[in-house]
Amino acid sequence: MSAHATRVLFDEPGPRGRRAIRLWSVVVSLLAAGLIALALWQFYNNDQLDPVKWQMFGQATTLKFLGSGLKGTFLTTLVAAVVAFPLALLLALGRLSHARVVARPATAWIEFFRSVPMLLVVYFFLLALPRVQIGGQSLNLPVFWMLVVPMILVSSASNAEVFRAGILAVDKGQSEAAASLGMTRGLSMRLVVLPQAFRLVLPNLLTGLVSLLKDSTLGYVVSYPELMQQGRVLTAFTHYLIQTYLVVAVVFVVINLVLTQLAHRLQARITRRATPSPDVAQELETESFA
Amino acid sequence: MWPILRDNYPLLLQGLLTTLELTVVGFVGAFLLGTVLAIFRVSPVRPLRIVGTVYVEFFRNIPLLSLIVLVTFGLPDVGLLLPLFWSGAVSLLLSGAAFVCETVRSGINTVAIGQSEAARALGMGFTTQLRYVILPQAFRTMVQPLVNVFIGVLIGSSLCAVAGVADITNVTQQLNIQYAAAVVLFLISGAVYLIFALGAGGLGARLEKRFSGSASPTLATPAERRVGA
Repeated sequence: MSAHATRVLFDEPGPRGRRAIRLWSVVVSLLAAGLIALALWQFYNNDQLDPVKWQMFGQATTLKFLGSGLKGTFLTTLVAAVVAFPLALLLALGRLSHARVVARPATAWIEFFRSVPMLLVVYFFLLALPRVQIGGQSLNLPVFWMLVVPMILVSSASNAEVFRAGILAVDKGQSEAAASLGMTRGLSMRLVVLPQAFRLVLPNLLTGLVSLLKDSTLGYVVSYPELMQQGRVLTAFTHYLIQTYLVVAVVFVVINLVLTQLAHRLQARITRRATPSPDVAQELETESFA
Repeated sequence: MWPILRDNYPLLLQGLLTTLELTVVGFVGAFLLGTVLAIFRVSPVRPLRIVGTVYVEFFRNIPLLSLIVLVTFGLPDVGLLLPLFWSGAVSLLLSGAAFVCETVRSGINTVAIGQSEAARALGMGFTTQLRYVILPQAFRTMVQPLVNVFIGVLIGSSLCAVAGVADITNVTQQLNIQYAAAVVLFLISGAVYLIFALGAGGLGARLEKRFSGSASPTLATPAERRVGA
């Protein structure tokens, strides 16, 4: 979050350098201010700064309505995380297993759900499942699960790779030492490798949680009342589109910002205490997109 | 299965093309904007660093669907009506740029500090050393993370279907409703994403091998990608 330079690509500037930096600072500040002014002008010109269109976000009824959406967002994310993270660990262990019967399907699951958009999985559940007949009755999931099951499928695949990277990042000497003490592979994984891997992947699991929060916005597609969908319902009544979607976006940004900052702080602490091999460190640093 | 394909292949091809166009426009734009933002974030000018930081923190944390809906349905209210395709492409670009920026910035940080010191000892300024010394070396370590952003844009482009862009997800969804053949059509569009995502991943691994073969053996193992929808 801090805006200081992460690394020094420039010397302590001399008088001329300082003057140039000051000049640039002024120019950039003016440009940024100009951009903000232009945006506000556009809002004003299109009559979107009208206080009436913003005041409703201070009213109890609106807040309660959006609050119920936020509750839905948290509930779907929480349930999805509780199922997806342990499943991801199992998939990672499966992929690392020496038994091909286990490793192959686990790899296929991971690669498939990592490469297919969640929206496609959601559409599949929306349209294909009701057509499956079981004992003359069509299989129909409640809307909650129409959203949460695709979230679990996609998240389990991407977090499985996080767990796998974490397990591989633990120094090989650890499992070798465990083996020389007579531990079986399973025992050394459980008692020696996994506890260390957990600490390494903790920040990435937080970013996994951010991904899940973002995924939960697909409630908009299945009409599950989470924040995004409640925002849409609200606009259907008020027609204040830009105001509502901006407020919803800012709420998401704030929540995710808190989580990503926490992840960064944890990451920094872990890097200070123990440095895994560089390629894995870089791998664990890459963040999920969108 | 075959009648659906036979009767609708122009529509499906058009959808496939739209998906690819969204991905390419989104990624190339994100790459350019993201690189500029990364340079902002390492520059000596503090307001530039602040602009870069604020941009990244906002666009990295906003859900893509939320951004697409905001751009498509919100911006017309303030007099900014983009064609549907471009609302999607711009959203992908804006969001992708934040991730490219972080990739480039951490790539810059992997270049040994001695490189920058040597460049400065030769009298190079900030932009000159970035262009000739730091960035060329940094891009080498960024192949795999950039491929991940590409795949992220590809998968993210499906969300434009929600706003009505006729990409492959949208087209198969329409046909789904028309033909009630969800499984077949899901497999078709799934295969499209799978092929391009795995293809890009494989290409990235090969490129990385080529770039880093001699330079830094520790980075030769392809980094895993992580993609959320």
